[in-house]
Amino acid sequence: MRAILRLTLVEMKLFVREPLALVFVFAFPLFVLFVLGGVFGNDVDLQDEENLRVWRGVGPADYYQPAYIGLVMASVGLITMPLRITSYREQGVLRRFEAAGVAKTAILGSQLLVGLGMMTVGAAAIVVASNLSQGTSLSESWGLTVPAYLLSAITFAVLGLMLGSVLPGSRAAQGAGMLLFFVMMFISGAGPPREVLANGMKGFSELLPLTHVILLLQDTWLAAEWDGTASLVVAAFLVVAGAVTLRFFRWE
Amino acid sequence: MADAAAIRVQGLQKRYGDLRAVDGATFAVLPNEIYGIIGANGSGKTTTVECLQGLRRVDGGEVAVLGLDPGVHGAQLRGRIGSQLQSSALPERLKVWEALELFAALSPKRRDWRDLLAEWGLEEKRNAAFGDLSGGQQQRLFIALALVNEPEIVFLDEMTTGLDPQARRVAWDLIERVRERGATVVLVTHFMDEAEILCDRIAVFQRGTVIAEDTPRGLIEQFVGGGVVRFSTQVNELSFLDGTPGLERWERDGQRVTATGSGPLLAQVAARLVAHDIAPLDLRVELPTLDDVFVKLAGERSE
Repeated sequence: MRAILRLTLVEMKLFVREPLALVFVFAFPLFVLFVLGGVFGNDVDLQDEENLRVWRGVGPADYYQPAYIGLVMASVGLITMPLRITSYREQGVLRRFEAAGVAKTAILGSQLLVGLGMMTVGAAAIVVASNLSQGTSLSESWGLTVPAYLLSAITFAVLGLMLGSVLPGSRAAQGAGMLLFFVMMFISGAGPPREVLANGMKGFSELLPLTHVILLLQDTWLAAEWDGTASLVVAAFLVVAGAVTLRFFRWE
Repeated sequence: MADAAAIRVQGLQKRYGDLRAVDGATFAVLPNEIYGIIGANGSGKTTTVECLQGLRRVDGGEVAVLGLDPGVHGAQLRGRIGSQLQSSALPERLKVWEALELFAALSPKRRDWRDLLAEWGLEEKRNAAFGDLSGGQQQRLFIALALVNEPEIVFLDEMTTGLDPQARRVAWDLIERVRERGATVVLVTHFMDEAEILCDRIAVFQRGTVIAEDTPRGLIEQFVGGGVVRFSTQVNELSFLDGTPGLERWERDGQRVTATGSGPLLAQVAARLVAHDIAPLDLRVELPTLDDVFVKLAGERSE
């Protein structure tokens, strides 16, 4: 545990020194927020059946607020973390830790904590920015949002560990991470709402973790409801990703 | 026999696919000695050391490090050994002092890392990022990191590669000091002068096995033998050299004469020359070094 905290502390410091890494975590979701906020605003006619269905009963900015929190999780878990871990493996950083007797769980644990930390700072930035720019509301139920947030964030962080463990190198991580991120961003509900997608696309998006993370977060945030199915799917991703990570993590 | 050795390796086997990287290596390292491992590229040196550190799974044979099997007690063992790895790195933006502090904190037993910072000449680089260090500075940092847990055995794999001649000599002194503090040192090296100066005993690796294990002097005598005496003279009649004690053969090329043999060859040849009123100004002896052993073995390998 001490090793995990030590490594986490050092990793956090390193992240602050890496301005480029911060761009994707913070700047990109904020950029999307301002672009889509400018397009849709937060006022649509909710008497209109179609609007009601597409925006899940709230204004677009309120709809997007929890979705962007999910988007931050995806960018950290799919891009930042795999790139970090694969680069460390490539450069021989992991080997050094291995030779120093650091346990694999300490490496994974510290990367997990750093990932969660970044997601949380990114999520806070999203909430502050959408509140200030669009006057969005806070969660209807923190008692449900906090557990939903933790489950979702841990799942994406563990997906990050898994990708970092199975992808052969940093180039692969960069390619695969970007691809997964943009696919999820566009069809999981963080870009166009899922209700406007063609049926095939919508069906496909059911297979993606971000879709369920966004449903889970939106339900707790906007309606104080717990989406049982979505939470089970997210938990299943967590279990599988965790098992794959422990099985396939390599030092070199 | 209870194990007096710090490291005992018996018939070690390690394969990578079809390649037998280590194929039956056997040797033992005594406590507190500086033990050298030399051999051509691809002869299995680094793989062997990685097996000793528990970084690679052994395919056959027996390995005991401090009485423990690295394959089973790897984690426990790594707290008691120090490793300067041949190819490894630290995060680019990690500062020198942060690296030392981190690795000290991660190990069960530790020295004051500030002492290591000073000993290894990194004081003025303490706030520099790893990525901004020169190759030699990175190398010194790695050695310092290998020592931060006050290890019982230190593995140094091509420790002085990338160091300038001055820094190499400083490193040699420091390695002697590491031994004086009580540690056993295993040194994988390509520099024969380094092996000859530092090592008590040396294992010569070839094609994954140890073909010889001896003191540096012993290896030289075993593989290359005595020495070569050279001089020039205008005198043509030199048959009196035949029968000089220790002389194996001599030959001349114009005025230049080369006599090969063992024992106190220079004194013997000089005595005969002087007795025949020949006093060459350039009479000298060339004693073989570990380099000659290496070249000879490498030559045999390519034949």
